[in-house]
Amino acid sequence: MKIIIAGEGKMGATLTRQLSAEGNDLTLIDSNPKVLESSEERYDIMVVQGNCVAMDVLLKAGVKEADLLIAVAGADEVNLLCCMTAHGINPKLHTIARIRNPEYANQIYDLRSTYCLSMAVNPEKQAGKEIARLLKYPGFLKRDTFAKGRVEIVELRVDEKSKLCDAALAEIHSIVKCKILVCAVLRDGTSVIPDGNFVLRSGDRIFVTASPDELALLLKNLGIITHKVKNVLLCGGGRVSIYLAKELMGSGMNVKIIEQDPDRCLQYAKMLPGIDIFTGDVSSQYTLESQGLNDCDAVVTLTGLDELNMVVSLYAARAGVPQVITKLGRLDNATILGNVALGSVVSPKELCCNIILRYVRAMQNQEGAALSIHAIADGQAEAIEFQVEESALHCREPLKNVRLRNGVRMACITKGSRLEIPNGNSFFDKGDRVIVVTDRGKQVYQFNDIFQ
Amino acid sequence: MNYRMVGKFIGKILMVEAVFMIPSLFLALWDGEPEVVRAFAFSMAITLVLSLFLSYWGRSSQNKFYAKEGLACVGLSWIVMSLVGCLPFWFSGAIPNFVDAFFEIVSGFTTTGASIMPYVEGVSRGILYWRSFSHWLGGMGVLVFLLAISSVGGTDNGFTMHLLRAESPGPNVGKLVPKMKQTASILYRLYIVLTIVNVIFLLLGGMSLFEAICTAFGTAGTGGFGIRNDSIAGYSPYIQNVCTVFMLLFGVNFSCYYLLIIRQFKSVLKDEELRLYLGIVAGSILLITLNLKGFYSTLGETVRHAAFQVATIVTTTGFATVDFDLWPGFSKAILLMLMIIGASAGSTGGGFKCGRVLLVIKSLRRSVHQVVRPKHVEVVRVNGEPVDEKVLQSTNAYLAAYCLIIACSFLLVSVDGHSITTNLSAVLACFNNIGPGFELVGPTCNYAAYSTFSKLVLILDMLAGRLEIFPVLILFSRTTWRRR
Repeated sequence: MKIIIAGEGKMGATLTRQLSAEGNDLTLIDSNPKVLESSEERYDIMVVQGNCVAMDVLLKAGVKEADLLIAVAGADEVNLLCCMTAHGINPKLHTIARIRNPEYANQIYDLRSTYCLSMAVNPEKQAGKEIARLLKYPGFLKRDTFAKGRVEIVELRVDEKSKLCDAALAEIHSIVKCKILVCAVLRDGTSVIPDGNFVLRSGDRIFVTASPDELALLLKNLGIITHKVKNVLLCGGGRVSIYLAKELMGSGMNVKIIEQDPDRCLQYAKMLPGIDIFTGDVSSQYTLESQGLNDCDAVVTLTGLDELNMVVSLYAARAGVPQVITKLGRLDNATILGNVALGSVVSPKELCCNIILRYVRAMQNQEGAALSIHAIADGQAEAIEFQVEESALHCREPLKNVRLRNGVRMACITKGSRLEIPNGNSFFDKGDRVIVVTDRGKQVYQFNDIFQ
Repeated sequence: MNYRMVGKFIGKILMVEAVFMIPSLFLALWDGEPEVVRAFAFSMAITLVLSLFLSYWGRSSQNKFYAKEGLACVGLSWIVMSLVGCLPFWFSGAIPNFVDAFFEIVSGFTTTGASIMPYVEGVSRGILYWRSFSHWLGGMGVLVFLLAISSVGGTDNGFTMHLLRAESPGPNVGKLVPKMKQTASILYRLYIVLTIVNVIFLLLGGMSLFEAICTAFGTAGTGGFGIRNDSIAGYSPYIQNVCTVFMLLFGVNFSCYYLLIIRQFKSVLKDEELRLYLGIVAGSILLITLNLKGFYSTLGETVRHAAFQVATIVTTTGFATVDFDLWPGFSKAILLMLMIIGASAGSTGGGFKCGRVLLVIKSLRRSVHQVVRPKHVEVVRVNGEPVDEKVLQSTNAYLAAYCLIIACSFLLVSVDGHSITTNLSAVLACFNNIGPGFELVGPTCNYAAYSTFSKLVLILDMLAGRLEIFPVLILFSRTTWRRR
């Protein structure tokens, strides 16, 4: 597919990596030649230097033949204008714009056709929703839902005290006494699709498939105590904080925001009734302690600096806060983090990229295409949901007779409302929904791609 | 330096080379020449074994490939490719001396066309085919071919840009379409179509199929190996004119043809490099025709010879229809200038390239303006688009490296004791991938007179000229070979 990406920032770069790996014809537009040069050196793409709103630049980037334009430049207005201009040149073009200003949030959806948008994405809003979900159902580092909420893939950390430490996956059922499947393990920054002989070590982050009911049981049997979050401390007041605070407003939690800029605090106080807002520098231990960090049930670090977020999260984890959530702008350096206890990591950029990737794959609209895709294990693995269609191979065959590709694991089969964690005797049939977990770069686009 | 990855690449290239030896093998079988058949069979076996060994050695390499690896890969693969490519000549006894055989194949791959074989008419057709085919493969580049047929390097394969940049001539190489594989295959498709059209035109002139194909290879790669002792001189005026036209066509930037296909006629017409190239050709033909007054019996013949010689030199092909060494000094001076200027960037020709001449002239003009008006800010433009300062810088650096290498090679070659004209023209002819020079290396003579040492110097010159200096130069730099 011919795709144009306007604006090669953090998000543009992630999209470039993903979309070029999936074999699309990519053209990048950016006004900074240095950024373009470094992208051109890394990926098989074409670059056009210039203002992405200018018509001649868009024409040079081949907007007439393009199928999709993704506008992820710095300013919302530029993205909108870019999409409108491009759509004016090529009415058949699909357009996706990133719109992040909270003041525009409502009108974007209502006036989509006026703005010529096929879809608008809002990373901060998405992150706010995601964090709110983690806070409402504590206990896991990350959770992704599939099959209309019937299946979840959750992330757990194995530490030394855990019952799972030094256990082989084959014997895991006797420990947790519930039906779960470990579908991916992140060890020392690389993801592994494990088999039964795989032995867990402390520091591993494991990705588990189960139904929501089983998950509660899992937490109980593992001795992970969860209690409802009452007091939340948001460190740093950015756009994510606003969206998150809005999400949490009706939930009965006490939300506190610490923000450095007094003017902004005033603005937020007007905008967010019922939320406590304090002026202060979150990088100082004194501020954090005086705002009762030690008594919080959850701390979310949301400043604009990744480094600061990490440090504050480490401090909070050390102080014994049960749930810590860290926002990181860039995940490409996530391998450095390794085993650092940052709690849940949420990356707005990554969330949005997933949404856009889903849109792109849906546009390709092949038979047997994925229903949804979630990047797990720091983007190193993917959980993909498929509907089993007429053309699917190996229907009704026991799985022990079916050879899957290396690095591909079937995580779950849902038959109607019944959920099955697959073993050798399981099978799938037409109409079932199947979730598979694959290494990144395995390029599974259709259901039949998972077989050898 | 990622040695294993480079090894894997070279293994793939050798595989391609072994496959391309098959036609020669069959030709030799057809002609019933057991010597040549054995030579090709042995060469193919050696190439294959080497290829498999390198692929095996590099099988688990990481895809960490950067500018350095790209450049080194191109430089090394051309040397290795030539080392195994010369084996058929050596084994078959067509060229008994190994260095001579090496010289011949490097001359072939770099599309120089400088030969050490005094007589080619008695040589086996398999050998002649391989010799001419080396021009065709070297013209567009073997790595570009590899990029066109296989997806190299998996997902993060932006590094292929370095390969294209290193192997395609010109100051500012870019892709035609977003995908490297498609870009490479568009280039090769254009190349193949033009070659086939050339063959058809030659066949219409009454050439035999074998001769037409070999001549077309020589023309397409702007190489210049003939299959007759007198090159093209013995053929009819029609064939000479066909050669003139096609040599000039292959000296045009291939992206112009792509623009024609996607119907952007205006940008082709306004292309400054194309205009300069055609202007130089037309001007040179005119001046030489005037200068040659009375040399040939009719004006038509004079124009034909002038046009052929201008085309053969400016596109750095190196065919010949007359001994231009006998021409008056002014005509020879023009030809010497054309040797240096060369063809367009992005063509199969060699030389300094019209595109670079354009940039050097324009930046020189800017420098002059800046002396007069120091505070005036001026941007160099080509085709109305501002040129990046980096490109200008690297063009100037290229000019410096170009002059330096010519000077050094000239000194080294002079040890043999030939005349200044011979030595200088030999260095220029090899470095610019032309073939014939003046006097002892003139169109009727060959390079057999030089010593082994000089031949090695000229071999390096040919490689440096074809790959535009840097891929060869970095092989001599210690930083290249460090692990990182």
